[in-house]
Amino acid sequence: MGGFPTLFYKETLRFWKVSFQTVAAPVLTSLLYLVVFAQALADRAPAPGGVSYTAFLVPGLVMMSILQNAFANSSSSLIQSKVTGNMVFVLLPPISHLELYAAYVLASMVRGLVVGAGVLAVTALFVDLRLASPLWIAGFALVGSAVLGALGLLAGIWADKFDQIAAFQNFVILPLTFLSGVFYSIHSLPEFWQHASHLNPFFYLIDGFRYGFIGASDFPPLASLAVGGLSFAILSAIALALLKSGYKLRG
Amino acid sequence: MTFAIETVNVEKRYGCLRALDAVSLQVRQGEFFGLLGPNGAGKTTLISVVAGLVRASAGTARVMGADVVADYRSARRMLGVVPQELVFDPFFTVRETLRLQSGYFGLRRNDAWIDEIIHHLDLDAKAEANMRTLSGGMKRRVLVAQALVHKPPVIVLDEPTAGVDVELRQGLWRFIRRLNRDGHTIVLTTHYLDEAEELCDRIALLKAGRVVALDSTRNLLQTFSGFVLRLRLDREQLPAGLDAPVLSQDGTSFNLRLRDTAELESVLHRLREAGVGIAEFELQPPDLEEVFLRVMERH
Repeated sequence: MGGFPTLFYKETLRFWKVSFQTVAAPVLTSLLYLVVFAQALADRAPAPGGVSYTAFLVPGLVMMSILQNAFANSSSSLIQSKVTGNMVFVLLPPISHLELYAAYVLASMVRGLVVGAGVLAVTALFVDLRLASPLWIAGFALVGSAVLGALGLLAGIWADKFDQIAAFQNFVILPLTFLSGVFYSIHSLPEFWQHASHLNPFFYLIDGFRYGFIGASDFPPLASLAVGGLSFAILSAIALALLKSGYKLRG
Repeated sequence: MTFAIETVNVEKRYGCLRALDAVSLQVRQGEFFGLLGPNGAGKTTLISVVAGLVRASAGTARVMGADVVADYRSARRMLGVVPQELVFDPFFTVRETLRLQSGYFGLRRNDAWIDEIIHHLDLDAKAEANMRTLSGGMKRRVLVAQALVHKPPVIVLDEPTAGVDVELRQGLWRFIRRLNRDGHTIVLTTHYLDEAEELCDRIALLKAGRVVALDSTRNLLQTFSGFVLRLRLDREQLPAGLDAPVLSQDGTSFNLRLRDTAELESVLHRLREAGVGIAEFELQPPDLEEVFLRVMERH
């Protein structure tokens, strides 16, 4: 057995050791979103499937947390290791590029799913949630966290400093999640923005995930899952190619 | 014969800069080998190529016969590297750091050996301390311990004693010497030439990415250095007919260079013959600093 299990364990332990910051904080943030948006938009935002706005909002918040935290895990771990120089501990042992990829992406998925579960558990105290199809929920949670774990890995490989990761997070991840239908159904948007939303891969992940809860979606869930799977395949192929070439990691 | 480390025409280019230029050298198993050179000579780049941290632009490198690219798993298992920078992972304790490093090599039940390294490197009291809380010297010891967790036959130390106090340096060398006696091959880069002279069987001198000298420490000293004879005489003039060149003069004090000890006899004989009185006399053995300077001047 190679170094994969230990690297996966280390990447998981790393965020768990600072779980107050990596798990508790995003759960609290989501709760604040719920309080604020539920108050502000409950009467105005129409929810499909005949559910209350809060029951519509919660799955979106859960998925948003999964996506953002999966991205944060691999990207922050890699950039921290690169900047501080301790990446050398992972590069010196006989760990293959495939093992490295799998360890970082899986640990990111774990963090995304742990935070998502935390958000779900806390918001469920305040909102009456339906679970129309748990299998869809699990499927989209896995695919969503994997896509963002792989994207975080790519960002971590590419970036040379913390600023670049922060820029990626603030100018790419945050707008894409906010504009993906977390807080509203895209059918409530003007036609142009409905079409524009279809170009956002995060839309499919959130829409499909929500389908698992409320049994209604803006787009067919199977097609959404296919978009997620395709995104994951493309990002993984790029990440694996970069890791194999040693791009920015092995001079 | 399988060499501990072998590089064949290794080149590393960064744009126009040639950090390594056709470096070929062999380190024998069990050797204590020194890699010396001024800053920017390419020592760390060469070590990085051997360790797989940097990909060579051309040429090949092998560790215990295993190609560092084609057979990287075997090559890396055979090699322990102590990096020059004082790097650490701030999330973990000393013991966790060593267990993780061991696991990266696929060794998951390695606590007995980890305990032994902790003990030998005098880290017992700090084993459960977070890496952040350790002093620079302690962090350096942990880096050495990390390089040893998988019991590699070849150990590379890149400037291991830079910025380390005398006591730790002595302790570290005792430990490294013991590893060498136990059969480990040691490759060392250092700025402390006295260290290299005392420890290394053979030395390669690098300058601007090229190997400019490679020989046993003794041969290098004999070839490029020589003895320095310090004399204080009863006059300010040396007699004519002395073969040894004068390095410097301060009043009645003279420094002469001797090729070997045999030349001493002829110098003393000439002084006696000329009736010169000798007030003080000192013979300084060759030293590596002299070798270093002379080789660097030549190339």
